[in-house]
Amino acid sequence: MSEQTLETSNDRSWTFRTRQWVDRVLPMDHLLPHRQPYYVGSWVYVFGVVTIAALVWVVVSGVVLSFMGPQWWHDSSLGHFFNSLHFWSVQLFFLFMVLHLWGQYFMAGWRDGRAATWMIGVVIFAASILTAFTGYLSQQNFASQFIAVNAKDAMNAGGIGAFFNVLNFGQMYGLHIMLLPITVTFLVVVHIVMVRARGVVKPIGPEGGSAS
Amino acid sequence: MSSFTQRMTQDEYYRGVRMAPYDLVKELGYALAGVAVLAVFLAATFSSPDVAPVTIAAWAQGDPVDFVTTATNELSGSTISTGYGNPYNTNASGQSWGPIAPVLWFGTRIPVDSATAFVIQPLKYASVGNTDLGTALSTWSGASSDQQTKWLKAYTDALGKATVKDGKVSVADGDYGPLPTMMNNLLGVAQSGGLDGLLLVNGRFYQTDYTQGLLFMGDGTYLSGLAQQANLTGSQWGMMNETGQYPGQTWLWLYTMWYQVWPFTSPSGFLGLNAGNADLGIVILMTVLTAALALVPLIPILRDIPRWVPIHRLIWREYYTPKGKAASRT
Repeated sequence: MSEQTLETSNDRSWTFRTRQWVDRVLPMDHLLPHRQPYYVGSWVYVFGVVTIAALVWVVVSGVVLSFMGPQWWHDSSLGHFFNSLHFWSVQLFFLFMVLHLWGQYFMAGWRDGRAATWMIGVVIFAASILTAFTGYLSQQNFASQFIAVNAKDAMNAGGIGAFFNVLNFGQMYGLHIMLLPITVTFLVVVHIVMVRARGVVKPIGPEGGSAS
Repeated sequence: MSSFTQRMTQDEYYRGVRMAPYDLVKELGYALAGVAVLAVFLAATFSSPDVAPVTIAAWAQGDPVDFVTTATNELSGSTISTGYGNPYNTNASGQSWGPIAPVLWFGTRIPVDSATAFVIQPLKYASVGNTDLGTALSTWSGASSDQQTKWLKAYTDALGKATVKDGKVSVADGDYGPLPTMMNNLLGVAQSGGLDGLLLVNGRFYQTDYTQGLLFMGDGTYLSGLAQQANLTGSQWGMMNETGQYPGQTWLWLYTMWYQVWPFTSPSGFLGLNAGNADLGIVILMTVLTAALALVPLIPILRDIPRWVPIHRLIWREYYTPKGKAASRT
């Protein structure tokens, strides 16, 4: 097969087309840019990256806790320290995420074709709340007990309780360490890719991006 | 004014905007290090909450009268769990708002017969080798429903003036049938820790489902009394609180707030939403609000507020200076 024939057959291949699409939508200099519009120097952009950093430590401390098992964080001082690290990483994650959300709201970050990025961000916020909720139910302490007893009524009234039994530790723990973190992490990756693919929105105003 | 279309590249979008050096990876590295230092500092300095869970044994030892009263109420069908409805039983219709009643949609998916599961079955296990208890159970099961009701009423009334001596509950003399024997045996099993195990056993060795034990404890006042002391109950914004001085799920503040305000605190309420169906009403309200937050880019007024409120002028302060405007055109 000649080189020209090979090139033609590659043009039709799914792999070649996929690579072309990725190159067009998210070239490397957009994924890892070394230059940005000068207004990106504002402090508000830090909230996004520190939210990601906090999520990394939430996942790392969570992986250690899940590897060692549920008794570890009650029975050993090292385990309790990692539990504390997980606890405070979660608190920081939510603090930074809320600041990021409010920052993006007042910047109207959804402008100029970025509505889907905003929407996925809100879904991440909701999924994170659910993940943290199952975490509080998985602590195996007094707060877990009463949160479960208290929360079941809302879950049952909403019909969700038939499938999402907050009194079932095994179900809550499984969701907390597996399905929900994977969901949040996947959505965060999608969110970041969308931000990098489109770039940050221009400031509001006549010389910047559209007003709404 | 420029708007980003599907076909517009970043280069086209940023045309005319001054670009500045920016080290994304370095920023992420610094953020990872900074957050790690902060998290380690907070963990090492403040630790984390871990108040030991309450056991049924602790309940039976700490408040025997409440335990026996709750167990008796399970038999008379007057506890929260016995009259709950779906997903545990069909003894109530559950919460609804007009025709909306999600609690009925999926039926009794987690069946719990409180009287049998929390009282009768554990007593049957305990009656092996215990003739008095075996006789009491036979008397109970052989009695008519009317007779059981009379015994239950008399015993429940007497429990209001019960005394505790050496961990045992004593009531004034009366016609209670086999109930004192049954309840004192159940109390003994619970105080020894046996009931904690029995409510977990479903014929399998490994257990991770605490539905029965938590429902039983939720029927009593001991658990909620401790929760009240720890500011965890619903009327205390409990869902967003933690034990001790630790932050809880503060991000649930809006959800928790609705439980503290009208119409969800009112018996009469508004448009059919009231204290009686507050859980359903608040779930619906929060679902609508969450959807609205996601759809902000499409909702007039909500999407316009950022333009009207000049916070963006603080965020992009440099851009709105004359120098910044000039830079954006170069």
